[in-house]
Amino acid sequence: MPVEIYLNVAASGLLTGLVYGLMALGLSVIFGVVRVVNFAHGEMMTLAMYLTLLLFSALKLDPLVLLVPIAAVLFVFGYLLQAGLINPFINRPEHSQFMLLVAIGLILVNAQLIAFGPDAQGIRTAYSFDSYQLGPLIVDASKVYAAGAALVVAAALFAFFRFTLRGKSIRACADNYQGALVVGLNVKHLYALTFGIGAACVGAAGAMLMAVTDVTPTIGPSYTLLAFVIVITGGLGSMGGALLGGLLIGLTEALGGVLFTPSAKSMFAFGLLVLVLLFRPQGILGRKTA
Amino acid sequence: MIARLADGVPRKGLWLLAALLLLLTLFPLFASGYLLAIGFLILYFAYVGQAWNVMMGFAGQLSLGHSLYVGLGAYAAAALYVHFGVSPWIGLGAAIGISMLAGAAIGFLAFRFGVAGVYFAILTIAFAEFARIGFDHFAWVRGSSGLFLPVANYTENDLWNLRGSPVMFYYLMLAMTAGAFVLCHALLRSRMGYYWLAIRESPEAAAALGVNVFRYKMYAVVISAAMTSLSGVVFAFYYNNLFPEQIFHISRSIELILGPIIGGIGTLVGPIVGAFLLTGLAEGLRELMLQLGIDVPGVKQVFYGLCLLLVIMFLPDGVWPPLARKLGLHR
Repeated sequence: MPVEIYLNVAASGLLTGLVYGLMALGLSVIFGVVRVVNFAHGEMMTLAMYLTLLLFSALKLDPLVLLVPIAAVLFVFGYLLQAGLINPFINRPEHSQFMLLVAIGLILVNAQLIAFGPDAQGIRTAYSFDSYQLGPLIVDASKVYAAGAALVVAAALFAFFRFTLRGKSIRACADNYQGALVVGLNVKHLYALTFGIGAACVGAAGAMLMAVTDVTPTIGPSYTLLAFVIVITGGLGSMGGALLGGLLIGLTEALGGVLFTPSAKSMFAFGLLVLVLLFRPQGILGRKTA
Repeated sequence: MIARLADGVPRKGLWLLAALLLLLTLFPLFASGYLLAIGFLILYFAYVGQAWNVMMGFAGQLSLGHSLYVGLGAYAAAALYVHFGVSPWIGLGAAIGISMLAGAAIGFLAFRFGVAGVYFAILTIAFAEFARIGFDHFAWVRGSSGLFLPVANYTENDLWNLRGSPVMFYYLMLAMTAGAFVLCHALLRSRMGYYWLAIRESPEAAAALGVNVFRYKMYAVVISAAMTSLSGVVFAFYYNNLFPEQIFHISRSIELILGPIIGGIGTLVGPIVGAFLLTGLAEGLRELMLQLGIDVPGVKQVFYGLCLLLVIMFLPDGVWPPLARKLGLHR
């Protein structure tokens, strides 16, 4: 096979990887602050994808425009989820929190199955078949737009956490729960806000991914696992790590699909996960904690 | 030995257990084929739940990838039977061996490198998913097109080759469930059982007391894996077909841990109570939906999810501990 094929596949994998990275960023933010592993992450992703599908067929708006209202809807969803269900679990044992989110995920995926049926559905935008040529590289226009939007959202998130007072107080909760309580931060509200922000990342990523791929309800758990693999590879709780992990996994899956069979591509992602867990459990960019 | 096993168990509890066992033994005499199938399913979940409970309930290691051991056990015995006509009871040796190796590999990697808590749970999922995709491409067991066992109308029960009527499978499963109950009871009373509980409550404190935490966690994983793989063997010969997409799927892993969670993690009776509640209610719901003429996939799982949610929120210890107090069985 000519080298161009590998280059093309790698470029396409990297672009999809950025969208994956944004999804994983949501998981990472939630874990980094609330210390809860969102086991319903992929299910929230498919929820966002179905919302995109519905709004697209109703309003004929571009997914890249739709990502704003969908991120807002998912933000509210995430806020309510944390405020209503997860906040009472903050001081419960880890496995108890985990099972709570497993239950939420189970309900979400099957509610979507009931609502939307088991068939794969997709949308076609005006630029679905456009592509850009850069020297030997040919890349899909929709993937370029989606990756660009993912970068913009991620940059906005970085800025929020770095420069705004609200972002700083959320980071304070993450660094020291007791300390945040002592200086009078409303930790429960900030936790709910954080879960909302994480959910909004997923919402934005879901809207973009809809421009690139199809959705079925049962793909949700696979996205959850993918998000886990990405954040553990990049470093759970590290924002840059999530994006880097997304790029790595996107590249691994794409090349694995070409070198072997496409249906076996996730095996490489899991292989990478096992290696990272063993040799660098804190992830590539993660900080070593106790 | 048997007298010692009963030591310290409230007399009332023994009577209740004996009554339950008698009821379950007589059940096939008056049950229809449909009810018998549900009975088998309840016992199956009670057994697997008990096996999972060894790891999570006793030693505190959350596994969300137990479908791996079910699948490995099922495939090992079924493939040996299909290819070489080997009896499943000999295949069981291979099934248990492979599952124990897989459990030991996961345990070794995780416990040696300090992968704990949520990370450990994700590692177990990763291995199960790895196996699912791997078996999809494993031509010797027919990959994703599925492995089928020869089916015929068996006039007599051949326990050696596990070919026979549902009643035979029901009694086999009943024996396994009862055996697992007694085994787990004995394990909990053993030195190892107390070490497990110490590790579950505080690994640091257990290590400080001189418990070899690594070794006893390994025993928990390996014993749980071996027990689970037996259920896989029976599963394969009962249903006669195996698909990697189904048997290794994460939803199977979650389905099999619902019983012990709802019944009560770490208790002996919890997995049985949970299996009865969950399977009974789910089948009741299915029947109701049939009566109402609603046929939508996913309703059963939403119901499972709601049960799990409610139990986790309001009965964090499961249904059994408060029930046991009501019955006056609390130690």
